[in-house]
Amino acid sequence: MKNILIIIKKEIKDTLKNKAVFLQFVIMPVLTLIMENAINVEGMPELYFMKMFSIMFIGMAPLAACAAIISEEKEKNTLRVLMMSNVKPWQYLIGIGVYVWIICMCGAAVMSIGLKGKDVLIYLSVMGVGFAISILIGSCVGIYAKNQMVATSLYMPVFMVLAFLPMLALFNETIKKVSKIFYTQQIRMILDDMSFDGITYQSAIIVSVNTALAIALFFLIFKKKGLE
Amino acid sequence: MIRCKDIHKSFGEKEVLKGISFDIPNGKIFGLLGPSGAGKTTLIKILTGQLDFEKGEAYILNKDVSKLTGEDKADIGIMMDQFGVYERLSCMDNLKIFADIYGIPKSRIIETLALVGLEDAINKAASDLSKGMRVRLQLARVFLNTPSILFLDEPTTGLDPMTQKLIHKIILDKKESGCTIFLTTHNMEEAAKLCDEVALLNEGVIVDSGSPKDICRRYNHQKKILIHLTSGKDMEFTHDGKCAEQICRLMEDGKIETIHSSEPNLETVFLELTGRKLED
Ligand SMILES: Nc1ncnc2c1ncn2[C@@H]1O[C@H](COP(=O)(O)OP(=O)(O)OP(=O)(O)O)[C@@H](O)[C@H]1O
Ligand SMILES: [Mg+2]
Repeated sequence: MKNILIIIKKEIKDTLKNKAVFLQFVIMPVLTLIMENAINVEGMPELYFMKMFSIMFIGMAPLAACAAIISEEKEKNTLRVLMMSNVKPWQYLIGIGVYVWIICMCGAAVMSIGLKGKDVLIYLSVMGVGFAISILIGSCVGIYAKNQMVATSLYMPVFMVLAFLPMLALFNETIKKVSKIFYTQQIRMILDDMSFDGITYQSAIIVSVNTALAIALFFLIFKKKGLE
Repeated sequence: MIRCKDIHKSFGEKEVLKGISFDIPNGKIFGLLGPSGAGKTTLIKILTGQLDFEKGEAYILNKDVSKLTGEDKADIGIMMDQFGVYERLSCMDNLKIFADIYGIPKSRIIETLALVGLEDAINKAASDLSKGMRVRLQLARVFLNTPSILFLDEPTTGLDPMTQKLIHKIILDKKESGCTIFLTTHNMEEAAKLCDEVALLNEGVIVDSGSPKDICRRYNHQKKILIHLTSGKDMEFTHDGKCAEQICRLMEDGKIETIHSSEPNLETVFLELTGRKLED
């Protein structure tokens, strides 16, 4: 427990100085605030930008942050020092995961400013689940890649699928059929309805299967690669 | 305390360590000398449980190195240049992480940074440190807590003579307080000054070992006397009656500028044993 907190503390100090990761955390919330307030076209669906950016946030920030943080620590050999100082791999990974999740939730809280009071709970719950799955996938990339270069090239296609397909699906029904199998599209659909009652069995099942696959992949890669 | 027996290690086809054995008693400084690529770092990795090996036995703290627990690791300090620092964090914040892990108070961090002469760089980001300062930061991390075994991989390479002296003093102080120290170096003087025992490693084999003095004495078979004359000429003499007379005459005539006996140092011993220079 102590070590997990130490990792979280370290990351808080480091993120403020790490522009690449820091931008990931703030860009979508800031864009949302600006666009929702600045652009108001007649007949545009409610919270158009907010929903679009929320999904991009899920598909981008936790993924990129986890992949970048873990692969950098491997590349610079700081992770090895932590391991030799009796920080257990699971403590490290939980520390990074919890930290990224909390920061992303803060971002989501900022994005939820335009929501009606009763919608905030469902919004944050759904976003929280989305972040968690993305964190698992981002960690898979970070653990698998041996340096930051490899991590970036691995995470790019994943990010395109998870973040962009749901956006393209707004304009194209065929793409929507494909993107439905991913949790980001399902979360988008839940956000469109914005109520717990509106969550279909199909959505619940697909998100669960996505979660299960992410967890399985995570343990598979972790078992194969470890943290060294 | 640190013991290994017949260790073999290969990377692919290439056998890097070919049967290494030694035994380091508590509270001693052991120096591993060898040219670049001899396998020094590889041996440290094996002894600290970071690397598997094919054959042999390795024990530290009376435990098989593959069975070291978390508490054991807190009792082992390792400094090697492959270990990174957090580039964006300050010296203080870098050490704070490890101080928190070991439960060490903040005052001790400042103390340790002062110990290695980094007191003016406390708030400097690690990425802004010079090479020598970075080495000192890595050393500070090891000196932060008080482990009973230290592994130092070339702790003074790239440091200026003043800082080298400083580090030597810290190492000797650590020994004084009962610490067992395993260090590698290219620097013969350093080894002769610090180490109770050295082993000369060449191409994966320990070619000789013992106290630095013993080793040098053992290879003192030439026993030459070198004389530099006031005229600028250099002369070489052996230990026998005829040479003694000659030297005596030169001395009476006041022709001698300097006179030296040429005892071998670790450098020349190494050269003789392997035909290779240590530093290059
Ligand atoms: N991970 C590795 N994979 C393949 N070969 C390796 C690996 N690590 C070390 N070697 C090889 O093992 C040999 C010994 O390397 P090692 O780093 O132990 O040398 P060293 O004595 O520490 O040298 P130096 O004084 O330059 O630090 C070298 O030939 C090196 O190429
Ligand atoms: Mg080395």
